[in-house]
Formats: sequence, structure tokens, C-alpha cells
Amino acid sequence: MTGRKLAKVILVLVFVSLLAAPVVFKRLAARRAQANASIGATAAASRYGFTLQEVAQASGVNFTHQAPKLDSRLDHIMPQVASMGAGVSIVDFDRDGWSDIYVTNSGEGSKNALFKNMKDGSFKDVAADLGVADVNQPGTGVSMGAVWGDYDNDGYEDLFVNKWGKPELFHNDAGQKFSRVTDKAKFPEWVNANTAIWFDYDRDGRLDLFLGGYYAEDVNLWHLKSTKMMPESFEYAKNGGRKYLFRNLGDGVFEEVSQKLGIDTRRWALAAVAADFRGSGNTDLFIANDYGISEQFFYDGRQFNEVGKDTGVGFSPKSGMSAALGDILNTGRYSIYVSNISEEGVLIQGNNLWVPRDGTSGDGLRYDNLARAMDVEIGGWSWGAQFGDLNNDGMLDLYLANGYVSADRNQNYWYDFSKIAGGNSAIISDAAHWPAMEGRSLSGYQQKKVWLNDGAGKFVDVAQAVGASDLYDGRAVAMVDLWNRGVLDVVIANQKGPLLIYKNNVTPENKWVAFELEGSASNRSAIGAEVRLFWNGHQQVQQVSGGSGFCAQNQRRLHFGIGKNPQLEKAEIRWPSGKVETIEKPLAGQTYKIKESA
Amino acid sequence: MSQSATQPIGAAVVESAKRRRLSPDNRYIAPLFITCILLVGHLSYGILEGYEKTGIAIISAIVAELILGRIFLGKWLNLASAYISGISVGILLRSPALWPFALASVLSIMSKYVLRVKGRHLWNPSNFGICALLFLAPETVAALSVQWGNFKWPLVVIWILGVVIIWRAKRIHITATYIASFLLFAYLRSFITGDSWWAEVAPITGPMYQLFVFFMITDPKTTVKSQKWQCIVVFFVAFVELFLRLNHVVHAPLYALFIVGPIAMLIEIWLESRRTMVLQESNAT
Repeated sequence: MTGRKLAKVILVLVFVSLLAAPVVFKRLAARRAQANASIGATAAASRYGFTLQEVAQASGVNFTHQAPKLDSRLDHIMPQVASMGAGVSIVDFDRDGWSDIYVTNSGEGSKNALFKNMKDGSFKDVAADLGVADVNQPGTGVSMGAVWGDYDNDGYEDLFVNKWGKPELFHNDAGQKFSRVTDKAKFPEWVNANTAIWFDYDRDGRLDLFLGGYYAEDVNLWHLKSTKMMPESFEYAKNGGRKYLFRNLGDGVFEEVSQKLGIDTRRWALAAVAADFRGSGNTDLFIANDYGISEQFFYDGRQFNEVGKDTGVGFSPKSGMSAALGDILNTGRYSIYVSNISEEGVLIQGNNLWVPRDGTSGDGLRYDNLARAMDVEIGGWSWGAQFGDLNNDGMLDLYLANGYVSADRNQNYWYDFSKIAGGNSAIISDAAHWPAMEGRSLSGYQQKKVWLNDGAGKFVDVAQAVGASDLYDGRAVAMVDLWNRGVLDVVIANQKGPLLIYKNNVTPENKWVAFELEGSASNRSAIGAEVRLFWNGHQQVQQVSGGSGFCAQNQRRLHFGIGKNPQLEKAEIRWPSGKVETIEKPLAGQTYKIKESA
Repeated sequence: MSQSATQPIGAAVVESAKRRRLSPDNRYIAPLFITCILLVGHLSYGILEGYEKTGIAIISAIVAELILGRIFLGKWLNLASAYISGISVGILLRSPALWPFALASVLSIMSKYVLRVKGRHLWNPSNFGICALLFLAPETVAALSVQWGNFKWPLVVIWILGVVIIWRAKRIHITATYIASFLLFAYLRSFITGDSWWAEVAPITGPMYQLFVFFMITDPKTTVKSQKWQCIVVFFVAFVELFLRLNHVVHAPLYALFIVGPIAMLIEIWLESRRTMVLQESNAT
């Protein structure tokens, strides 16, 4: 064989090998995943340190979300337009020390539910008795989500319900009932909002409220003036709803200050989180937008300045669905997880995990997207996500809900969706141009992800192995220690599906410690307060959140897993007021109830 | 006289040389144009997640071309073609991972050396590389399928520039035939499916098609030689795309070219070899 012929043979072999390589690697990965998924509960508990058991029905929680029925001119694409509204937020509304669950519903006339924790493993829906069920009356819009915060500092958490419609505020009357105080609060008549969070941006000790519009506020989805209400672009849309920042004036009245303070955007917001990202003492704001880039606003004490392009989070447009914060590397800094859309062979956006870049801080803070490097990139059509230490090993894990429209299993709408998504704004923005769904699925029946943080820079999906095996169209995810056992359970609100409660069974070797904070100079809910825990050379920061993920709010209690044989050094509490308090050598297995010193 | 006679000739030579200097080589116009689209798109809209993916695609294609050209053709090849393949992969392929960009580019270039018949390669290189990855690694890659921006003017400018460049390259008939066929079949699809004609036309208003109609279907190396047959072939690309679209194939245009392109090339090669044989026979007799 001549040298030239030999080279040709080698070339062909290399060519064929390169063609085969993706298939071979894919099969190996699938085999490995299959082996991991089918190990059984005992082996999963032993290997991963926890298992999840779905107990909603057994706990007396029998709630199924209903979707709205919008203007008939949207009938042909109704499942994808009326595809949100399953929200869940955790609260201890009656201050009995046990977390309760508030769930939103979205059918016209449907009822929201407030599941009171009966402390015996069961829950009872008390929403109707207490006056927070009937908030979806025809003509007023329907619920999209809800967040709890003690806006008047009376010690009881009040309820804000964001809707495609009239936003509603309910005052908690000492845990006995709720009074509707919307009119006094002076909220706008109509906002198509999919995100709301409580935070005290001006640190005056009173909770303020951010409300993010999705569809423009002049769109009434039940009575369309025009079918030109869809996004003008799949990735560059700026024709969504406006944003609102309601400053709490202290007498039950809120003043809208968004534009005055620099928050002036019409991107399609689906999620927001607030935190002191820079360690500046001010609370900044992050907005995950559908059909576009995320936005990050740094608050300088007077103005919010949009810095997303500078920090790196606001350059590449995707479909932001959810935003969650977590100190995933135990470095004392928050990473931001933003879920997006990935569908095999059609659209691979990948989720974003924005990790603060080493050596950057303050106004020079920069982020790198490490989702791929840390294996939390591909979920599906991803929605709500939350961080929490599910096995108490000292590293924050990640739960991700997936699935958009589950209809006919054998037919999917992706071809038509991709056809229109690539079109010019004049085409995509008009619902009349969108092909009919005709009962087809769109990223339906998707598995969820439970990504376990291995502490070495990787996450491993253990969802199927530990028991998170449902295929509902997941939306909101909330983490909460429902039975005060020192573990984080997971509550999932599904679109047109049942509310799920995954009871977490953690192997006892790993320890925990928790902190329940109550502000005095700071807002009484202590939203925005941070606990920085130091143990065994680790440092982890968590903050009390006024809403995170997608249409969700975790428990206010901060739960830290601390692994085996923890040597706890101290817990440093930084209140929104700026005060710092330290608990020396806290004990494992304790829930510390800390009131801000006067 | 003679002086006056030689002066215009000298001036003409100088003028011609000057024109050559000012007029860029046709081979470099397309890469230049695509690079401009890419840079403008990225700087205005952030169409790329970062430069590294496109960079890897381009570098991989160029390195592969240099090595394979040296080994199999015994020379260092002009890199304009490899650059176009690489940048096309970088723009048209979408993946959060880096490796698909390198792999698609290398496969694109290798296909020119492996999949050859009678000295001609059959597939448009980047079409081959992108389709290979779409077939083989759909969980990791997708093709560019969304609009870059909403403003009409950049779109208009890109179309005008594209038309000028492709007209200058004497291949406007291919693009025009394809667009006319696409619009015709869009009407037919709309009639068959009941979907709005706008929905059927929507894809061609996106950036993927801008690159497809100007640079992929017009590639001189992988299109047949006669103008008439170029038009017929590209009509068949649109025709196959029609069937793929009716069967809900998302990347229909890329696959249609993947199917039709090499068939057309094979037929032409076969016809040419028959013609040569006949000529040889007649010469012999």
C-alpha cells in the first residue's frame, strides 16, 4: 500500500470514528443514567443520602390546578398561552411554628388554597374560611403567583397575589382571617404579572414590592383588542409588560417608584430575585426575562442601574423562566440559576448558572456561566428551580421542574413553534399567525431534575433514583421543612396538575442547623437578612427571601446542612438594617429563633 | 504618434491594475460579508453566546483544511473556503457545548476529502457538518432557528448586500429561484395545512435562511455547472423541503439540501463521464 493510499484509509477511519463518536458517547451516558435511575430506594438513600416520597394525597392535600380560558381568538394556541398560574408559596401564617402552603389556581372562578399544617402530618385547606380563596372571580383576572411578607410589621405575614388581572393584597389579621386591603394600597387596576417579590430596597424597615409584567398591562387576555399581543421576537422582545416598584409608605399605602428609580423595562419578566449581590449593603435586583436577556439592577442607594451587560448576565438572549440564588460553592457568594428552554434537536438554549468570577466584587462584579461545567445545563422546557441542601451534606443541591404542555403524547407542536419563532416581528407578534396546536404536546411529559452537588464542582442528576419521577408540567418549586424534622421537603405546583409534596427522608448521619429570624429595626419578616455560617472550614451564606424561583417562595427559615461531624464555628447574621450579630458555636440539630437586637 | 499611441495602452494597464487592487477577489467577498453580518449581529444583539464557539469552529476548519490539503493535495490551500465553512458552522449551529463546533467544522472539511467522486466533493461542507451533528447529537445541538432582532432595516440591508454580492458572483439566479420556489410552496403548504401563509413564510424572514439562500445553496463547488440545472436543482431543494416541512421536520431546508445536493452532483458527474466516454469513443472511431 502506498503512503497516499494508507493516508486515505486512515482518513476514512478517522472520519467514520468522528461520525460515530457522538452516538457512542450518548449511548454510554444513557446506559449510565439508566443504571443510576434504577438502583432502588435503599441504594439511593445509601448512595445519595436521601430519598423523596410523594405524600400530597396521604397528607390530605388534594389540589389540582386549573388553567384559564382566555379570549376565543386564542383558542388555537390556548394551551401554550394559558400555560402559567400554578404557583406555591410557603408561610407560617398563624405563627404556630409549622409551615403552611399557599397555592394559586387560575381557572375563572377557581379557588386558591391555603393548606394549614395540622402538625400531625396532615394539612387542611383553610383559604375559604380565612378569605384568601376566592380571588379568581371572572372579570378580575386569575392568579399567577403569591408572595408573603409582613408589610405592616405586625408580626403576621400578609399575602400579595399577582395575577393576570387585578393585583390583590390581603392583610393577615393575627392569623385568624385575612382582610382585603388592595384598594388602600393603590395598586394598578390591571397587570399581567408573573413575578412579584417582597424586599426592602430602601432599608427603611418596611417591605417594598416588585411586580413584573409579562404581557403588556393594556392587554386583557379575556377581551383582546387585537391579536397582536404576542412577543415581537423569540429572543429580543421588548413589548412585554412594564415593571412596578411599590415603595411602602407605612400606612398601608404604596407609592409606585420604578421609573423614578431607574427600573424602566418592557421585557417579558417571568422571575425576579433580590439580594445584596455585591456585599454593598444595598439590595440589588435580578430579573429573568422570557424572550430575551436577563437584567440585573444594582441599587446605589438612590437609583437602580441596569448592569446586566457589564456583569455578563445580560448579553445572550434566551428564555428566562426562573431565577434562584444559592451559595453553591460555599464561598459566601450567591450564584444565580436561570432556567431556559432545551428541546432535543430543536432548540438547545441550556440553563444558566451565573457564578461570581473569582477576583471580582463590588461594582466590578462579573459572572461566568458554569452551567455546562457543573452539569446543570440541560433540563428541558425548564421552569421553577430552587437551591436547598436536600441531603444535609453541606452543599446546596438544585431541584428543577420541567415540562410545558403535555397533551397528545404522539404528536408535538415543536415544528410549528420553531417555524413561527424564527419569523419577523410582524409575524410572530400576531397570535392569528400562530399555527393551531390541535391537541399536540409541546415539551410535555418531561422528567424533573434533582441535581446533587458533589462539592467538587459537579452536580449529578438523581431525580429518578431518589423518587422524583412525576411527569407533570412542573411550574413552581418551593423548599420547606414541613414537619420540623431538620430536612428540606419539596413542594411542586404543576400546571393543570396536582400539587405534589415530596417528603424528604434524609439519612441521619448528616447534621443540620436552622435559623428563624425576626427583624425589629429591619422589616419584621427579616426578608433580605443573611446568615453566614462557618463550619469545618466551610462558609455558606443564605438569605431570607421574599420570593424566588418561578412564582414561588421558600420557607423563611434558613436551613443549613452541615454534613457529618460538623464543628460549627459561628453564624454571622447581617440584618437589612445593617446590624451584624454573631452566634458563636451554634449547635447542630437546633433551630435558632433570633430577634434583631434593638 | 507612437508615443501617443502607447500612452493610452499604458494608462489602461495601470487602470486595470488599479482596478484589480481596489476590487477584491470574489473569493473574499463572501467571507467578508458573513463576518460583517456576524459582527454586527453579535455587537448589536449578542447573537453569539461568546466568540469562543465561532472561533473554535473557524480555527478547526482552517486547521483541518491546512493539514488535509497538505497531505492529500500536496499544497497549502487558500483558506477562504475553510473560513466560510467554519464561520457558517459557528453561526448556524447552536449548542451550549464547545465540542460540537469543532467536530462539525472538522467533519465539514473532511467530507470534502472523503466523500468525493471523480475529484469532486458531493456535499456542501458546512451543510454536511451541521446535518451530521443534527442527526447524531440532537441532544446537544440545534440549528439557528430564531430571529436575531426585530428591526427591519438590518434585515433589509443584509438582503440588499447579499443580493449584490451574489449577483456579482453571477449566482443570483440560484437564490432567486429558491426564494420563488419557497414562496410558492409556502402557499401550497398553507393551502394543505390550513395554517396562515404568514406562518409558512415566517422561516425565510429569519437569519438562518439569509445564510442559507446566499451562501449555502450557491456554493460553486457543490452546485451543478449549467445555470439551467442550477435553477432546477434548487427548485428540487425547495420541493423536498416542502415534503419535509409537511412532515414537521424542523431543519427542513438543511436536510433538503443534504439530500438533493449530492444527488444532483452525482447525476452531473455521471452524465459528464458518459459524455467523455462518448467523445473518446467517437474520437477513437
